[in-house]
Amino acid sequence: MIEFRGVTKRFPDGTVAVDDLDLVVDSGRITVFVGPSGCGKTTSLRMINRMIEPSGGTISVEGKDIMSRDAAELRRGIGYVIQQAGLFPHRTILDNIATVPLLLGWNKKQARERAAELMDTVGLAPEMAKRYPAQLSGGQQQRVGVARALAADPPVLLMDEPFSAVDPIVRETLQDELLRLQGELGKTIVFVTHDIDEAIKLGDKVAVFRTGGKLAQYDEPGVLLSRPADDFVDSFVGRDRGYRGLGFLSSDGLPIGDLPVVAIGDRMPTDGWALVVDGERRPLGWVARGTGTVYEDALVPGGSLYDAGAGSLRAALDAALSSPSGRGVAVDGDGRVLGSIGADDVLRGLADSREADGAPGADVGRPVTDTDAADRVG
Amino acid sequence: MNWVLENISFIASLLTDHIVFSLVPVVIGLVIAVPLGWLANRAGFGRAVVVNLAGLLYTIPSLALFVFLPVILGTGILDPINVIVALSVYTVALLVRTVADALEAVPPLVVDAATAMGFTPFRRFVAAELPISVPVILAGVRVAAVSSISLVTVGSVIGFGGLGQMFTDGFQRSITAEVVAGIVLVVVLALVVDGLLLLIGRMLTPWDRTARAVAQGATA
Ligand SMILES: Nc1ncnc2c1ncn2[C@@H]1O[C@H](COP(=O)(O)OP(=O)(O)OP(=O)(O)O)[C@@H](O)[C@H]1O
Ligand SMILES: [Mg+2]
Repeated sequence: MIEFRGVTKRFPDGTVAVDDLDLVVDSGRITVFVGPSGCGKTTSLRMINRMIEPSGGTISVEGKDIMSRDAAELRRGIGYVIQQAGLFPHRTILDNIATVPLLLGWNKKQARERAAELMDTVGLAPEMAKRYPAQLSGGQQQRVGVARALAADPPVLLMDEPFSAVDPIVRETLQDELLRLQGELGKTIVFVTHDIDEAIKLGDKVAVFRTGGKLAQYDEPGVLLSRPADDFVDSFVGRDRGYRGLGFLSSDGLPIGDLPVVAIGDRMPTDGWALVVDGERRPLGWVARGTGTVYEDALVPGGSLYDAGAGSLRAALDAALSSPSGRGVAVDGDGRVLGSIGADDVLRGLADSREADGAPGADVGRPVTDTDAADRVG
Repeated sequence: MNWVLENISFIASLLTDHIVFSLVPVVIGLVIAVPLGWLANRAGFGRAVVVNLAGLLYTIPSLALFVFLPVILGTGILDPINVIVALSVYTVALLVRTVADALEAVPPLVVDAATAMGFTPFRRFVAAELPISVPVILAGVRVAAVSSISLVTVGSVIGFGGLGQMFTDGFQRSITAEVVAGIVLVVVLALVVDGLLLLIGRMLTPWDRTARAVAQGATA
């Protein structure tokens, strides 16, 4: 747990970067600081490891006031990842990752073994071990940065816009891997970004800052989307927030309708659309009414699928909207077809859940639980 | 050529003197310049003072330094210590600025990351800032070494040892072969030392070559 109590940072030139911040970062969770440029996110983050000293208030990590600890020692127990990684150009990837263990006095062999292990954890090929940072792509360097921060297994990880210098595709991969890693490691992560979509995707809780270093709202992402505290948060969260908010409501309990399914070689449907499945009832594509038998080239690619057990209303609605037949395909956890759903079913489910709001047994629209996290798309 | 062969042991001893007189000061000068450069780079105001003072030292004519050092140090007129001290001063003068510039060129992001990982300032200097500065510092050391080798010949004019003696001696006794051999040896010595330093630098900084190769590949 990291606790900010009345924390203020005033720089010598008079700029107030952080103004009377009260905030509790939960252990084992990802907390995202988000807000417009210059609102004090980096300053707040860097006060945690004393890279910047607060001018007022107290910060404690696991109950201990950070000012009571030696700064260098405190920092060795807190992983730190920054934009463009900041790797040592003169050390190999392996030695870069081994940095903090070596600082902590591990012997070289142990430290390197640990580093090799972490290369695997963050998805770096072993042959990269002997390379220098300049020989890696930006995305790979960022992975090294994450591995280096994790090397000594610190309970706390601070990340300052770690993925903002890589292209959108790589960024998305890195985000997904961070979520996967976090699922295994359960670190206390403070993650800074100015990208609200990234905040909503990654955060268990999101702190929205406004210019002048004031905390505007601190909530779970679903709440941020459905109940922004004021106009500033509303406009910062941005367009489509109603639609994106559906990502935080469960699709569990939506009525799944019938769906005509056929296999390759079957007769073509005589009426409307049919879903073509393989031997294990996994979807291959759609076919429209026709004559003769179903053959591979006649398949129309399907839309998105949604997992009826663990999906969100957003996934269900998107499945319906993106399907050529207008019917979204519901699958089970193994990807086998369960049935179909229409966009109107989703909206009706949403309306019902609003009426029932909180009534026991009303599964539709209950907040998505952690195990559903993978389904949250920003 | 005959002259050279007949005096080979004399030449060898001059060469040894020359190497000692020119390279020991480079080592001493480097050892002094690194902490001074660090200091200069750390203190914003001190930087100008240190760097300019060092620059000023370099403008003292070498001959004057050779002549006055015995007075200041209380050494004998032809004591080799004088040469060593004088050339160490020049090396410091040359390298303080180089070291300060090299340290300043270390990417701030890297220094910041090192601090955030829990390096104390001293360990960070030894583990990161200094090694990252090696390519630039080494370029300065090569200049210092070559200029030191040539400055030792100036010392020979007033009677210190070294290959420069072959010039003065050859002129006085009209032995052309001696003068020519002296010049050739000084040039060869400078080239060999420069080459060796280049090689050492390469060995110390394998990362620098790969970084540059990558940069070139990217612009090609
Ligand atoms: N060393 C400093 N001296 C003076 N002012 C500073 C200093 N560092 C930051 N500031 C100011 O403090 C405010 C907050 O800066 P901070 O870096 O925390 O913003 P940020 O939210 O991280 O912004 P960004 O999204 O652009 O990174 C800004 O107005 C900035 O100009
Ligand atoms: Mg910032």
